[in-house]
Amino acid sequence: MAILIRIPSSLRKWSDDQSSLSVEARTVGEALSGLIAIHPDLEAHVLSASGDVPGFVNIFLNAEDIRFLHGKETLVQNGDELSIVSAIAGG
Amino acid sequence: MMQLQPEEITRYARHLSLPEVGLEGQLKLKQASVLCIGAGGLGSPVALYLAAAGIGRLGLVDFDQVDLSNLQRQILHTTGNVGKSKLDSAHQTLSQINPHIELEMHPVRLNRDNAMQLIQKYDVVVDGTDNFATRYLTNDACFLLKKPNVHGSIFRFEGQLSVFSPHLGGPCYRCLFPEPPPPGMVPSCAEGGVLGVLPGVMGCLQATETIKIILGAGQTMMGRLLTYHALDMKFRELKLRRDPGCPLCGDHPEIHELVDYDQFCGTASHQTTNDMHPDEVTVQDMKQALEDPTHAIEVIDVREEEEYQLARVEGARLLPLSQLAERYQELDPEQSYYLHCKAGVRSMKALEFLRQQGFGNLKSVRGGIQAWSYEIDPAVPLY
Repeated sequence: MAILIRIPSSLRKWSDDQSSLSVEARTVGEALSGLIAIHPDLEAHVLSASGDVPGFVNIFLNAEDIRFLHGKETLVQNGDELSIVSAIAGG
Repeated sequence: MMQLQPEEITRYARHLSLPEVGLEGQLKLKQASVLCIGAGGLGSPVALYLAAAGIGRLGLVDFDQVDLSNLQRQILHTTGNVGKSKLDSAHQTLSQINPHIELEMHPVRLNRDNAMQLIQKYDVVVDGTDNFATRYLTNDACFLLKKPNVHGSIFRFEGQLSVFSPHLGGPCYRCLFPEPPPPGMVPSCAEGGVLGVLPGVMGCLQATETIKIILGAGQTMMGRLLTYHALDMKFRELKLRRDPGCPLCGDHPEIHELVDYDQFCGTASHQTTNDMHPDEVTVQDMKQALEDPTHAIEVIDVREEEEYQLARVEGARLLPLSQLAERYQELDPEQSYYLHCKAGVRSMKALEFLRQQGFGNLKSVRGGIQAWSYEIDPAVPLY
């Protein structure tokens, strides 16, 4: 399945300023692995040492938070969008 | 029974002719009280529009002074007020806009000792702060006091908006972000930059949500997160859910009172005190080190390349904190280093990191290049 991953401003420093990219994946976890394979520097910002999504990052499959689906095991479909939303504090 | 004065009827005429507001709604706004935390980028449009809309009692919390570098986005403040307190400046602007409202200025840093007392006097809280510790503090205090928290945050070209009303069944900030990023992972706007108009867009959305909450009109952003990206000019709406495992508003809460937010966010810093930290040196020490080769000290600038282009100290070597983990081996563990950044926070982080890697002779320059500009060389621009 081709999945579009959206990368927020705060992480684009580690994605060569790329705002989105397409990867082939069957699950959210595979999509994230695909992203990290292309931009290895993103790993520390989207996955914790244990391989989970850390508490200051949310991954949304289309409009749904994957924490309330099946986490990284959530199945994806062709054309789905994965949005990475990381905490920002500026005001 | 509260009424509008004739002058107010004319002033609010365009609200009064909206069926969703009308006289009843305008009186609700007049009877309402709102506390805006922060009188900066977000707080400026929030306060300006809420004052103009006729919120009866508008409180602002901020301890800072107006800096020239604020004016690119903080439209409450003017060039003539640079150096004055932000709240004096805000009071001046807001009282000009609407003399019919009560303005309450709280020139303090919001902390666990004053947050409950301040927030409990208001109906709605607008979070326009610039740091994670105050955001978690605001969230927790609002939950404990059952106050809606109109959340906005910005970074570079991107904004996030939601309304946290866990007392009405919605999620809280902790449901969205259970933990803050490690210190230093997400740069502040001072380090990373921010488009000046961005807080204008997000602050206006916060003001809109605040007015809707008071009027009881429309659908608030409770349970939804709006993300805005200025470069793509895209708004996206994402669903937020209350987390049953949330330590604050979940089914088995563990947090029943305010906690230590600097500790929670790992931001406890010596910079909040006037005492020199044993690992710090002054800019005078840095000057001597640069001028006198017998010191055998090298000065490392840990700011980003873009900042280095704006202002630099001659003789300092650039090695950004963000690249330190990959590049620290370019440094010699036996060499003595003075580390400096913009204000002295990042250089302490660099010092702590290098010390973990076995470096022994390290000092962090207190106040960074800002202090250098103030005390040593005014030709170095402040930014």
